[in-house]
Amino acid sequence: MPEDVKPKPSPDSPEEMSRRQFFVKLGVGSVAVAALGTAAFSYEYLSPNVLYEPSPVVDAGKPDRYAPDSVTLDPQTAIYVVRTGEGFFALSAICTHLGCLTAYKPDLGIIACPCHGSKFNKDGVKIEGPAPRPLPWLRMWLSDEGNLMVDRANAIAIRQLVRV
Amino acid sequence: MANTLDQLVDQVRENRIWRSIFRSGTGESNLHKSLFVQQNVFLHLFSIKARKRTLEFSATWYLGALTFGTFMILVITGVLLMLYYHPSVPQAYADMKDLQYVVSSGVFLRNLHRWSAHAMVFLVFAHMFKVFYRGAYRTPREFNWIIGVVLLLVTLLLSYTGYLLPWDQLAFWAVTVGSNIASAVPLMGAKIRFLMLGGTAVNANALLRFYVLHCVILPLAAILFIAVHFWRIRKDGGIYAGDHSSEGSNQ
Repeated sequence: MPEDVKPKPSPDSPEEMSRRQFFVKLGVGSVAVAALGTAAFSYEYLSPNVLYEPSPVVDAGKPDRYAPDSVTLDPQTAIYVVRTGEGFFALSAICTHLGCLTAYKPDLGIIACPCHGSKFNKDGVKIEGPAPRPLPWLRMWLSDEGNLMVDRANAIAIRQLVRV
Repeated sequence: MANTLDQLVDQVRENRIWRSIFRSGTGESNLHKSLFVQQNVFLHLFSIKARKRTLEFSATWYLGALTFGTFMILVITGVLLMLYYHPSVPQAYADMKDLQYVVSSGVFLRNLHRWSAHAMVFLVFAHMFKVFYRGAYRTPREFNWIIGVVLLLVTLLLSYTGYLLPWDQLAFWAVTVGSNIASAVPLMGAKIRFLMLGGTAVNANALLRFYVLHCVILPLAAILFIAVHFWRIRKDGGIYAGDHSSEGSNQ
């Protein structure tokens, strides 16, 4: 009888595994794959693909709305339109510390955050406070209609003024 | 009169319907008493017997039980508040104001919910300190301490998610600041904030997510861990009564 001659495979040997061990491994493996898939699926489900949020591009109106050497905050869009002698630029009004809306103090000539006391000058440069970074300059351009346009999602590294 | 009342109570307790619900039946024996605890789905989380010392005020100041009491108040008042509250912008703020000024007893329920929430956070910390300074977290109760830390986190998250729901200035800026703190996590901070708010700003999605977390997910997590927490008290040998060396002198 050939079965008797054949050596019995040991379930402990590294190469061989018993039928039960094989199915346990298969089962655990498929549950692990399913768990990974579920995690990926959940992550995708929880990340919205379409956001019904206001557009990052803001129409700030005609340049002559802004007095010379003025800093104007629009609280709805959280931007400052700053007019200097040479031209215009846009500054984010969102504090770089924890996202509060800053305010311009005309009597002191500085931008201050009400939450944790950060202070910036009119160029957005940090004067003091917990804020780690200056207020970013935002891309600004003139539309075909002659309106000042600001892209809030687009911070510019090199400072440029819009001259009208 | 007292006799007939006792007889009536006994009659009810011997009744077939009553016996089908409470199977331990009447009787004053220890067996009956322990069966009564064992055979009740809620009571069976607790020990059948307790040391007298552990039931004294000085042992625990009842801080755990009081925390659970505030949690029950929060569940009941919270469910009632849900009947008038829409988690949408800007309706949420108007509903909160309606609860304060228009709905009968609305201001009572809202304030009860609010004050109980503050009390629960305070009591959870007090309970934790009491357990810590008595050394009640030591072997074999380490795991229940960990469950307690999870419950502390769930309590704080409940408090934080509930903070946004009135949709007033305080809520809006508190959650703006809080979600920016979450975005300080290395590498995945921005992703965490995006998932938390369901967008890039505190808006309608954020309000809805916080509402679902506050009213469904976190309370269910709390109930689950509270059940394990209570059951572990029994499994770890009852409420901590003090050192074994001093136990003799206490009794």
